[in-house]
Amino acid sequence: MHVVVCIKQVPDSAQIRVHPVTNTIMRQGVPTIINPYDLFALEEALRLKDQFGAKVTVLTMGPKMADQALRKALTFGADEAILLTDRAFAGSDTLATSYALSSAVAKIGQTDPIDIVFCGKQTIDGDTAQVGPGIATRLNLQQLTYVSKIVSIDKDARQIVVHRRAEGGVQVLKTAMPCLITMLEDTNHIRFGTMADAFRAARYTLTEWSATEAGVPDVTHCGLRGSPTVVKKVFAPTAKTVKATPIAGDTPESLSQTLIDTLFSAHPGLQEDLESRVASNSQGA
Amino acid sequence: MTERFDAIVVGAGPAGSAAAYVMAKAGLSVLMLERGEYPGAKNVQGAILYSDALERIIPEFRDEAPLERHIVEQRVWMLTDKSHIGFDYRSDEFNDAKPDRYSIIRAQFDRWFCTKVKQAGALVICDTVVRTLLKDEKGQVIGVKTDREGGDIFANVVILADGVNSTLARDAGFRKELDGDNTALVAKEMHFLRPEVIQNRFNIGEKEGVAFELVGTLTRGKIGMGFIYTNLESVSIGIGCMVGDFEKGGLTPYGLLDELKAHPSVKPLLAGSEMKEYSAHLIPEGGYKAIPKVYGNGWMVVGDSAGLVNSIHREGSNMAMTSGQLAAETVIALKKEGKSFTEQNLARYRSALDDSYIIKDLKKYQGMPGFLHGNRHVFTVYPELMSQAASTMLRVDGIDKKSKEKQVTKSFRQKRGLFGLVGDAIKFARAFR
Amino acid sequence: MTEPATSRPAGRPVEIDERIAAYKGVWVFIETERGHVHPVSWELIGEGRKLANTLGVDVWGVILGPQGEANIAAANEAFAHGADGVYLMEDPILAEYRTVPFNKGLCNLVNTYKPEILLLGATTLGRDLASAVATTLATGLTADCTALAIDLDTHSMAATRPTFGGSLLCTIHTLKARPQMATVRPRVMAMPPKLSDRTGKIVNVALGMQEQDIITKVLDYIPDRNQDQAQLAFADFIVAGGRGLGKVENFRLVTDLAAVLGAEVGGTRPLVQGGWIPQERQIGQTGKTIRPKLYIAAGISGAIQHRVGVEGADCIIAINSDPNAPIFDFAHYALVGDAMKILPALTEAFRNRLSVNRKTI
Ligand SMILES: Cc1cc2nc3c(=O)[nH]c(=O)nc-3n(C[C@H](O)[C@H](O)[C@H](O)COP(=O)(O)OP(=O)(O)OC[C@H]3O[C@@H](n4cnc5c(N)ncnc54)[C@H](O)[C@@H]3O)c2cc1C
Ligand SMILES: Cc1cc2nc3c(=O)[nH]c(=O)nc-3n(C[C@H](O)[C@H](O)[C@H](O)COP(=O)(O)OP(=O)(O)OC[C@H]3O[C@@H](n4cnc5c(N)ncnc54)[C@H](O)[C@@H]3O)c2cc1C
Ligand SMILES: Nc1ncnc2c1ncn2[C@@H]1O[C@H](COP(=O)(O)O)[C@@H](O)[C@H]1O
Repeated sequence: MHVVVCIKQVPDSAQIRVHPVTNTIMRQGVPTIINPYDLFALEEALRLKDQFGAKVTVLTMGPKMADQALRKALTFGADEAILLTDRAFAGSDTLATSYALSSAVAKIGQTDPIDIVFCGKQTIDGDTAQVGPGIATRLNLQQLTYVSKIVSIDKDARQIVVHRRAEGGVQVLKTAMPCLITMLEDTNHIRFGTMADAFRAARYTLTEWSATEAGVPDVTHCGLRGSPTVVKKVFAPTAKTVKATPIAGDTPESLSQTLIDTLFSAHPGLQEDLESRVASNSQGA
Repeated sequence: MTERFDAIVVGAGPAGSAAAYVMAKAGLSVLMLERGEYPGAKNVQGAILYSDALERIIPEFRDEAPLERHIVEQRVWMLTDKSHIGFDYRSDEFNDAKPDRYSIIRAQFDRWFCTKVKQAGALVICDTVVRTLLKDEKGQVIGVKTDREGGDIFANVVILADGVNSTLARDAGFRKELDGDNTALVAKEMHFLRPEVIQNRFNIGEKEGVAFELVGTLTRGKIGMGFIYTNLESVSIGIGCMVGDFEKGGLTPYGLLDELKAHPSVKPLLAGSEMKEYSAHLIPEGGYKAIPKVYGNGWMVVGDSAGLVNSIHREGSNMAMTSGQLAAETVIALKKEGKSFTEQNLARYRSALDDSYIIKDLKKYQGMPGFLHGNRHVFTVYPELMSQAASTMLRVDGIDKKSKEKQVTKSFRQKRGLFGLVGDAIKFARAFR
Repeated sequence: MTEPATSRPAGRPVEIDERIAAYKGVWVFIETERGHVHPVSWELIGEGRKLANTLGVDVWGVILGPQGEANIAAANEAFAHGADGVYLMEDPILAEYRTVPFNKGLCNLVNTYKPEILLLGATTLGRDLASAVATTLATGLTADCTALAIDLDTHSMAATRPTFGGSLLCTIHTLKARPQMATVRPRVMAMPPKLSDRTGKIVNVALGMQEQDIITKVLDYIPDRNQDQAQLAFADFIVAGGRGLGKVENFRLVTDLAAVLGAEVGGTRPLVQGGWIPQERQIGQTGKTIRPKLYIAAGISGAIQHRVGVEGADCIIAINSDPNAPIFDFAHYALVGDAMKILPALTEAFRNRLSVNRKTI
């Protein structure tokens, strides 16, 4: 069994700051991490390695320094790592990204056929949840998004049963491999790799692919040129002009009284709503 | 599969990287282990990098290392609650081709240094904590045990560069517990500003920087110092006191830092900035007398974990790198001579330290910590007096200067007494000698 | 939240590609799952109506599902909320959501009738489908928009969404491809008024697929036992807590107040990460967007990622010990003080006030 996990290196957005004056992103010193959602995908893939001896290949598209994310994935236990890097990819939106990634996935599959492609639910920087389905659509893979659990895999019949999160419940889906799974968050917990994995990762020579090496058929579909969406403007959320009305009071009790008085006199509808709610609740009780 | 190396270095700070780099360059098989997600992830420093120590290890570092600004001006300020009185030294000579110090951001610098270590041929593994040292039945250190499954790794010698806390050295019984009166806790923040704003505000050119050292009434008579360093797009500001003083209550590290930032002389320097990254870190400030044993059978200690910091001049990273280099050179020489890494043979490292500026400088200032402990008024009375004196002399209010001089002298004597003043001066001179 | 359309400077002609000009009208995908229409569909019809009015075009809903009465009912709802027409694709294959047939059906409709704008809810279904459709049609898709407007200069849709962890907003256009696609999270847009006398056209279109051609099968559907998830987003009254509560035991104070008000409880992400509350009660950018009548936030700093989830509330009361907490920048009422003291007092005060008045009714 061969599974490919698409991971992305992202700036740790908890540490990103926006410059108050220029509205530009201050990246200085902001560490990069593996997109947290992708770790759920990676762990699920590693479990298939435990269970079926699957080979796990991690793939990322990004600048050269994205090799850190791949190396990190290797320390968790991934077997192979491929970095897709080329100037032609710069400025890609999700359509162009999924185009480049699907070319690379296809190429990986040529030498070692792929059963499952894993993606995270979404990234914390792009935050679109579009790249996974984009890859599936392009490669004609069965698309299984928001998967909360792999119920079973029949290796010989090449069939898989999963739980997929829908709005009001869970779909139990059965499909054929090859398929693409985007893993839901909090479905597992990434392991701490062994010392042997750490050594292998430290010594591993990454494969680096340019657009041509990845077998991208048409580079005009990559990068800025291949992206139908255009970012026209980036701006900070406008501050509300009216500040909150301060409620004063010496004790918590008087503070509460003043609040309720102020609130109900400003919003009489609210008072009615609350009263009728409480009344109906106590009738029911 | 057991992994075996000539040397294992624990910790990828300046001390560890220097040691690993020098050994790997000489062709030894070296493994450096770091607990952080990446080198520098957990490291805090002001930070000023002194060129000399690094230049001796990587002569071309200026072309490659992520350096922020070279320092052209040093300001020393004594703060009272409302004022500051200061001394500045600025010279165009600091602009020469090979500046002597730079502001750096440790997270970036450590990462770069570590890349050099890898390029030199050492293996670096992060996100891995060394839990204990492995010893044979004779007590010779033969390797380390990490927190990963299958985590025993062997080596002929282990260099401990694990920083001020050095739990490893303590657990192995090589060192005593940290002493609160010899250890400072520093809180630090980075404040982001546009480079033009920094340049205008601090009166400096595009790559030029300023370093401030601050003392004063802020620390309420506790031994403590603050600093402000300009980076390319940010200003680092920090202040610290002895751990022992924090433990006694009344002061908190972030409380002190908040007060420093609100100080009327400091506030305008940070105006309009965006704070990012709050951190706190220890500095070993015991000086010469607090240096533990730095070598033994199969092990050496370098950098902060050996307490090699000159707190008066705020030099630590340079001593870390130099000690790392000296330990590495010891390993290289012994290997070349085919000698084993016994305590006796590793004693060479200590001699090398003794011959270097490190021990010489630490010896010179060995009285300083004691002096400061006994003379808390350096942090209370003096700033007030200096400020009053300046204010009195500079105010134009119809009183003649001579009377003012008298008034100043009088207030000095009242506050501290003639004996006290003279005594301070003598003790101070001695401590510095 | 819709930005006003930017006006075109007089005298500058708009050049529109012929291929692009062939696309007209605003479409909204009406999300039905197991006979239930997701309300985000109506919110989007409201938003689509505004865009269509600026462009001077019609709004059409798209319903894909199995044959049944429910479809006509949904179409009528769509008209009542502002749609001019509905494309209806009925086929037993569409009984349960699966990417392949829905993608094919929707793409066929788009290729035949050529809308310029296509909006979907940013639900698990909507995001799954929108990505597949946009990839198939090789067009631009902007996810999780918080504002939609028409830029008359380029005759294109200006889709605004949070970026960089929500610290900034960006406005994205799809200039050279059609349709221009966007998803919007539930409760981000206001529910439009419902005019029951509005009617519209229904156009039936066939899917034209065979079940045996579809590889993915739905074996079962397990409905959520606790319907918390839906309830929080649609609750009228919500009390939430943040890290300022200090420890998990103190969350009780939030629950107590909520009980007195008959409100739902929620919290910030750190509480979810700390295991105090389940993920479905997280409010904010990566949690639920809420639009309650009353929102009480205790010990919450008001980080931007939280703010974007609560800004639609009619009335926000914030309790925070730090007078400079960012939450006071968008709350309506500020209670500066210790939440551990104020919450119990507030609970008592509300209890007394609400029960006193009830007796007098
Ligand atoms: C606020 C502040 C300002 C300072 N300013 C200056 C200045 O301006 N100039 C200057 O020269 N010096 C300054 N110093 C001092 C300087 O930072 C230190 O002296 C220097 O960092 C010491 O280097 P080191 O390599 O010994 O230790 P560290 O830099 O502390 O590195 C130790 C490394 O070991 C790792 N580690 C620890 N335990 C383990 C373990 N068990 N397993 C694996 N890894 C482990 C740590 O993660 C860390 O990366 C300052 C210090 C502080 C706190
Ligand atoms: C990509 C990304 C997505 C995110 N998504 C979300 C999201 O969906 N939802 C979300 O909530 N967060 C989200 N976050 C996290 C968000 O950035 C903030 O970290 C989080 O909202 C802060 O939670 P808090 O207000 O509970 O805690 P804090 O920011 O720690 O605030 C605690 C507050 O409590 C106050 N306080 C302390 N003691 C008391 C007391 N005794 N009485 C009253 N007040 C007190 C303090 O003054 C402070 O303002 C996201 C972050 C990222 C990077
Ligand atoms: N540059 C990339 N390289 C590899 N995988 C990616 C990349 N961008 C996105 N992905 C994958 O696609 C998923 C969804 O990303 P997004 O559409 O950006 O939210 C991520 O969780 C990754 O698994």
